[in-house]
Amino acid sequence: MIHESKKIWKNYAIGLIWFFVLLWPLLGIHKDGSLTIGRAFSVWLYVLAGTFICLSLYTLHKNDILKWTGSPMAKAKDRVTAAAGALPNWFWVLLILTVAVLLPLFSHRYAQDVAINVLIYITLGLGLNIVVGLAGMLDLGYIAFYGVGAYTYALLNLQYGMSFWVALPFSAFFACLAGCIIGYPTLRMRGDYLAIVTLGFGEIVRIILNNWMELTNGPNGLLGIKPPGIYYPSFAHGFSLEFLYLKKLYLLYYVILFICIFTIVAVYRLNFSRIGRAWEAIREDETVAELMGVNTFRLKLLAYAMGAIFGGLAGAFFSARMRFVSPESFSFLESAMVLSMVVLGGMASIPGIILGAFALIVLPEVFREVELYRMLAFGAAMTLMMLFRPEGLIPAKRVGTRSEERGG
Amino acid sequence: MVEQPILELKNVSSNYGNIKALKGISLKVFPGEIVTIIGANGAGKTTTLMTICGIVPLREGEIYYRGQPIHGRAADTLPALGLCQVPEGRRIFPRLAVEENLEMGAFFRKDQDDIRKDMAYIYSLFPVLKERRKQHGGTLSGGEQQMLAIGRALMSRPKVLLLDEPSLGLAPIIVQKIFEIIDDINKRNRTTILLVEQNANIALQTAQRGYVLETGSIVMEDDAEVLMNDPRIRKAYLGE
Repeated sequence: MIHESKKIWKNYAIGLIWFFVLLWPLLGIHKDGSLTIGRAFSVWLYVLAGTFICLSLYTLHKNDILKWTGSPMAKAKDRVTAAAGALPNWFWVLLILTVAVLLPLFSHRYAQDVAINVLIYITLGLGLNIVVGLAGMLDLGYIAFYGVGAYTYALLNLQYGMSFWVALPFSAFFACLAGCIIGYPTLRMRGDYLAIVTLGFGEIVRIILNNWMELTNGPNGLLGIKPPGIYYPSFAHGFSLEFLYLKKLYLLYYVILFICIFTIVAVYRLNFSRIGRAWEAIREDETVAELMGVNTFRLKLLAYAMGAIFGGLAGAFFSARMRFVSPESFSFLESAMVLSMVVLGGMASIPGIILGAFALIVLPEVFREVELYRMLAFGAAMTLMMLFRPEGLIPAKRVGTRSEERGG
Repeated sequence: MVEQPILELKNVSSNYGNIKALKGISLKVFPGEIVTIIGANGAGKTTTLMTICGIVPLREGEIYYRGQPIHGRAADTLPALGLCQVPEGRRIFPRLAVEENLEMGAFFRKDQDDIRKDMAYIYSLFPVLKERRKQHGGTLSGGEQQMLAIGRALMSRPKVLLLDEPSLGLAPIIVQKIFEIIDDINKRNRTTILLVEQNANIALQTAQRGYVLETGSIVMEDDAEVLMNDPRIRKAYLGE
């Protein structure tokens, strides 16, 4: 044990020296070419102090010196888990649902805005999860389907005055079509090759949107998209149906909440169906899945199409909510963001992805004061996650009740 | 022979990448038999099975199953015909539960009640799988994984079961057990078995007939007993 901790400290010292060598030119070289050491050194000292404390605690913990703090904490943790386990799952689902439904009542505009973003990304994450988490195909261009969905509604609305609810299936359909178009020629590839092709496809869609001036108005984007509308019964002058545009943020919130819940239910049903199991078999071993009678090509295409549909739904809502779309909303960074949510939350795990989307949208808002360090913290968080929880925040529980089992 | 072979390969050649892996092999398997193909590493044993299943494309020759040509058929249509493979190195689905692995074997089947019955049968064959049915396939031991792979294939109710090196990497006592079960499956259900093995000793003990494959060609074929007593076989494959 002593020997081991010696080794840790030695590695730590080497790491810090290496870190300083990196930090010095980054912070020390100025525009005029002069080199100073002061700033780099002070930042380095902060890092040193921080990491020293962390590492000391870690070694103390390893050597069981911190047991006196650990056991009450572990006890508390056990109690919390036991309490959580005592209540059935539906209770938690109901609780979260109630909070989600009541949220606009006790929050202001800003919180609602963030909540809408979270819900959009949950929908996207769950859609991507079908492709990445279930079928195991790394897709780096997923945001293209989001873009196709968004532009479908924008164009149908602006050109033909189609209402949101009518256009929603069209958005899903066109996204699905885009999914099949990309899927058909590329799904014969596996692994890294597929990732590169999807990356390219994502960029192709963005560049088309950017350059097809006649249709998409290029980089200027499309303005004046109508928000969703509803008919509601009115009794002011006898009975009549009144039309209302959902311009209020909290009303839009309910629209996306509806789409999101629809997505969660759909993905849940898919996950625990025959098709879901076949997708997972393909992820585990494609050749053997084929030997077991799975038409791998058709199912992979289906995974692509299904994933794209949810991307399209989220996209349609996005353009209805912003009332403006432009190609720059669909950059590669967005694809990477959605992918991070899936990986961070836990691949193939629905609660995991919800939590992942929540973490990646809400935390940056909470830490807005230290915005400059956002990407730094993001990178650090991802690295730590890969080290300590490679399966994600809430790893997928593989053993669930499949739909056909519940029946029989 | 009056009986018609259930599986017949006629002059089959196929490539593995650019390498000629099979150079025109012909073999026959009759209903209810256990037939083994023995041979060294790289002789083309696995390629033979993968060619039968349509994973490795056929270059020349014909494959007949119950008198019907099956060459050129998509691999995923074969289990429904009753032709199922237990691939080399087990290749179970590691992150699916044991039960789900078994369900995957019955993927093309829609008869839920019979699937339940078959699963109960598999569990009676391999009680250890029942104990672990909620566990990930990847957490099982090598022997258990082999049992799972065989069980998974049996879930498709195969008429012909293709087994690729079931003894690979297993302790002798486990190998013994696996082969007892293979024998049992053959006797009880009259399932025809085509067994590919490097462990010639146990393969020839279990099988009725055998083929010897060397660098992509069949060099000998005979009853298992005759092969076992053949001095060349004894020298090359039985270590004497």
